[in-house]
Amino acid sequence: MNLDNFKFTKEHEWVNMEGDIGTIGISDFAQKEFGDIVYVELPSVGEKFNKGDACANIESVKAVDDIYTPISGEVIEVNEELNDNPENINKDPYGKGWIFKIKIEDKKEIENLMNNNQYNDFLNGIS
Amino acid sequence: MKKTKLNKAHYILNGKMVEFAGWDMPIQYSGINTEHNAVRTTGGIFDVSHMGEISLTGKQALDAVQYITSNNAAKLNPGNIQYSALLTEKGCFVDDLLVYMLTENEYLLVVNASNIDKDYKWIKEKAQNFDVEINNESKDYSQIAIQGPVSEKLLSEFTKEDLYSIKYYHFIKGKINGIDSVISRTGYTGEDGFEIYFKSDEETASKLFLDLLEKGKKYNVIPTGLGARDTLRLESSMALYGNDIDDAHTVLEANLGWILKLKKGDFIGKNILLNQKNEGIKRKLVGFELTDRGIARHGYPVYINNKEYGIITSGTYAPYLKKAIGMTYLPIERTEIGAKFQIQIRNNRVLAKVVETPFYKRDKKI
Repeated sequence: MNLDNFKFTKEHEWVNMEGDIGTIGISDFAQKEFGDIVYVELPSVGEKFNKGDACANIESVKAVDDIYTPISGEVIEVNEELNDNPENINKDPYGKGWIFKIKIEDKKEIENLMNNNQYNDFLNGIS
Repeated sequence: MKKTKLNKAHYILNGKMVEFAGWDMPIQYSGINTEHNAVRTTGGIFDVSHMGEISLTGKQALDAVQYITSNNAAKLNPGNIQYSALLTEKGCFVDDLLVYMLTENEYLLVVNASNIDKDYKWIKEKAQNFDVEINNESKDYSQIAIQGPVSEKLLSEFTKEDLYSIKYYHFIKGKINGIDSVISRTGYTGEDGFEIYFKSDEETASKLFLDLLEKGKKYNVIPTGLGARDTLRLESSMALYGNDIDDAHTVLEANLGWILKLKKGDFIGKNILLNQKNEGIKRKLVGFELTDRGIARHGYPVYINNKEYGIITSGTYAPYLKKAIGMTYLPIERTEIGAKFQIQIRNNRVLAKVVETPFYKRDKKI
């Protein structure tokens, strides 16, 4: 998986921009830390969020975690397949495990996020 | 933080360590789902040395046990085990426990890790008028649980004793890997299995744990942590002190009337429970399933007709049954199978229904 275009947050979400649409998910590190994901609570299409808002939940057998959106805007699509196959986040966090798509309001928000190399450095710092 | 004598083994096995009731314990090794399903299908090995062991020895040991616990210990013979409870004067739980009859004048009570000090103090105080010596032996005992369908086959490789002849809720004294042990056919998983109690140094305890795993490999036996222990006990509808049973709910309300023997003579909590039995309980612990999507967890609010009633006492995703289950107290008139209620999960109120318990029941051969 080529992650050159992916941007990361310190909360381990990623966003992949195509035009003004950002696809959002969680990093491979995050899915490994979290363990087997058994349930995903998706946002609704049309909901608007500000950067940093909790807008989805993932649950393992024992734990619940909020997913924060790295960018502000309106949810235009959610990954309904996760309702039946939440484990796709574990199996393919950067592909089939995407969670929702947001139409970005302010592209400048992207600039403050980490690229893949910076994110790896960040992970090395915390582990 | 307190460490069990097997602590080193958990680090060798790369367990994910957490603090539990003051102990440094493995919550998981390979993952809760995997560990849970290993116990249901092959086997898992748990370190449960954090559990407490309190012995009562003396001429009036039986009388003391009878007075402080709710079940009828007079029914026990040496080698028998009984599930029972320490109750408050109000008929609620100080703790739930296992009573082992070791010899005629010697009983061993196995209590929850989080309650050891409280229970020991309680028992010393309540049994003070009996001719009995009470000892907290929790620090000396290690305890390893071997749980799952292959338990008997695996453990047989470590002992000359005839494990087949040990029935459920019975024990023998024998050697495991040369270590003097209490070999008990019990568990907290809903599967066949054994709990081994022994007194040894750290090296011997860790070695036994690792040896069990090494010989268990061929049966796909894996190390299992406290996470799987909790989901396994809940899937089998076993109550957990601090969640489903506590000092605010009586043994009758907890649906544990079968460990309450009101005809056995005087014991703590008897009078209130006699009254409650005659008058009938107003609420009862039930098992439920979610009919809407979501997972209910301990502490989530319960609603009946849009009015807040209480909280979920235990809730999880059940890895073997593959659905969201849990337990909660409901008003007695709302506890029939199929009765609906609501649970607040974050911003949503989702529907749940009362179901038969246990959620999971193994095919019993033993």
